[in-house]
Amino acid sequence: MGCTCKDEGRVKNPYRPYPVRIEQIVVETEDKNLRTYKLVFLKPEDEAAFAYMPGQFAELSIAGAGEIPIGIASSPTEKGFLLFTVNKVGAVTTVLHNMKEGDIMGVRGPLGNCYPLKDLEGKNLLIIAGGFAVTTLRSTIVWLLDPAHRSKYGKITFVYGARTPGSLLYKEEWEAWQQRDDIDCYITVDKEFPGWTGKVGFVPTVTAEVCPPAENTYALVCGPPIMIKFTQPVLEKAGFTPEQIIMSLENRMKCGIGICGRCNVGPEYVCKDGPVFTLAQLNQLPKEY
Amino acid sequence: MASYILKKSDLAEFVESLAGEFPAGVLGPVLKDGKMVLAAAAPEEFRLDFQNTTLSPKDLFFPQSEKMLEFDATPGGEGAFILEDVKEKPQRRLVLGIRPCDAKAFAVLDTIFTNDQYRDPYWADKREATTLIGLACNDPCATCFCTSVDTGPFYEEGLDALAVDLGDKLLLKSLTPKGEEVLNKAKGLAPAKAEDEARAQELQQQAEATITDKLEKDNIEKRSVMELFEAPHWDEVQERCLNCGVCTFVCPTCHCFDIQDEVQSGKGVRLRNWDYCMSWLFTQHGSGHNPRPDKKSRVRQRFMHKFKYIPMKRGGAIGCVGCGRCVTLCPVNIDVRDVVREMNA
Repeated sequence: MGCTCKDEGRVKNPYRPYPVRIEQIVVETEDKNLRTYKLVFLKPEDEAAFAYMPGQFAELSIAGAGEIPIGIASSPTEKGFLLFTVNKVGAVTTVLHNMKEGDIMGVRGPLGNCYPLKDLEGKNLLIIAGGFAVTTLRSTIVWLLDPAHRSKYGKITFVYGARTPGSLLYKEEWEAWQQRDDIDCYITVDKEFPGWTGKVGFVPTVTAEVCPPAENTYALVCGPPIMIKFTQPVLEKAGFTPEQIIMSLENRMKCGIGICGRCNVGPEYVCKDGPVFTLAQLNQLPKEY
Repeated sequence: MASYILKKSDLAEFVESLAGEFPAGVLGPVLKDGKMVLAAAAPEEFRLDFQNTTLSPKDLFFPQSEKMLEFDATPGGEGAFILEDVKEKPQRRLVLGIRPCDAKAFAVLDTIFTNDQYRDPYWADKREATTLIGLACNDPCATCFCTSVDTGPFYEEGLDALAVDLGDKLLLKSLTPKGEEVLNKAKGLAPAKAEDEARAQELQQQAEATITDKLEKDNIEKRSVMELFEAPHWDEVQERCLNCGVCTFVCPTCHCFDIQDEVQSGKGVRLRNWDYCMSWLFTQHGSGHNPRPDKKSRVRQRFMHKFKYIPMKRGGAIGCVGCGRCVTLCPVNIDVRDVVREMNA
């Protein structure tokens, strides 16, 4: 499976970010720890140079604080802006969470490979997301549902779970997807909550209930390690081979371009050779992620 | 490419005739504060009687700390907090007396800093602005094992010209157009004679013969990543290793780096600093999870990177040049040659 996003990064300084303005900040979750940043390029030519595909990431760059690698949540079919959903965990994300709309920051990328969407044409897709790992899968679904792409793919099934209703991202969007007949959405939370009328149960359990036949189907899986650990046997039982299970990894990164040496899993750099790998590839590699 | 003879008594004339070509200076081997280094100095101070520089000369192209980008950090200022390229560009310089193993390390690092997709401008611009004249090793150290890792005491890759010490004179051989250009412009050179070349060959054979340590690596190549990764001998290596990182500090191919921002008096810089895989922080996630959480996984990473991962990804090139610095300096006597033998056993 190959991705189609490899660009020509040799002419410019790959460490210099494009300047962007924070256009909008949306608080996504009840605990306010996840916020979506809508970023607009200061120079229109930078937007053209930042040609990306779903699954890729970028380094969000805050001069004076540093950089963080974050999956691109917007889809290339959405023009004029980029979306990144950021969890507040460390030094740079904390600074970012204190920034305001209108502030200037930087974006460096796009980096890494993308989901092999070209190779997946004609296939059914089972998209499984847990918690805030849904970001690049939001990008993927928006891209797939675009009129220019939807007809090239078979049935699309989306399973998305979080601990609580208040920790689900992109609520308005998946509610709109639930109204469509060209995608089956199963949104679930871990246990009953007052006012929650959707599914209740862990992602692996719901996946087992709604799993389409493995034949001609590929699974895109993104979530916390515990979810992946229990979802994998469900998919195997349903007949998915390791080649049919596609995952996205994350590791600590600095350069993002396969040089600085820290994000490798065996010989593969998550930043440059990944972050998207098939389970077949990962089975040949140490579990250093 | 051509060969020349330079009398050692004419070395100063040779250096002075080239000084105008190299605004960033002519560097050579000098003894400074008890350490052999490559530095700009008066030609009389250049030494040819040393085994190797104390530290690897990787800082010629990859300084321990280096400014990458800069920005105005005045809150509310016009264009503030936009990262810009550093204005200064590296200028031409000439380096004399670098050892062939260290130059080979540059050739390996060239393939890493400039990969199929990206060109690291900080490394590559300095490489392009520098001409390297190596000095062959007539007298390798006891810890040298260059001939086992695809290089050697007279190895040429990575150099623009190679000098061989023939006693009272040097044989200078140009290896690239860049090297030929320099030797063409230099004063004090005479064409080499067949007997000079024959003498150099003899010295090369003698030098190679003194390196008796031979490492086999064929099994490392054949074995899968997982087989090598899960081998039991890492348990023994890690028992001794302190994760101190001196091996990475002196290693000519260790090139991992960190990126940090600094702000002072309204001026900001983004820096890159040497980093090392022996540190827990090197791989620690923001969540607290660490994919290489212990000493064993970190020391294993260093050897796997050099002897398995780099060869797999860079067309067989080994990430070690046999300079032996880590062997000499490891405080608990971990010898890379023993580790490679275990990996290949």
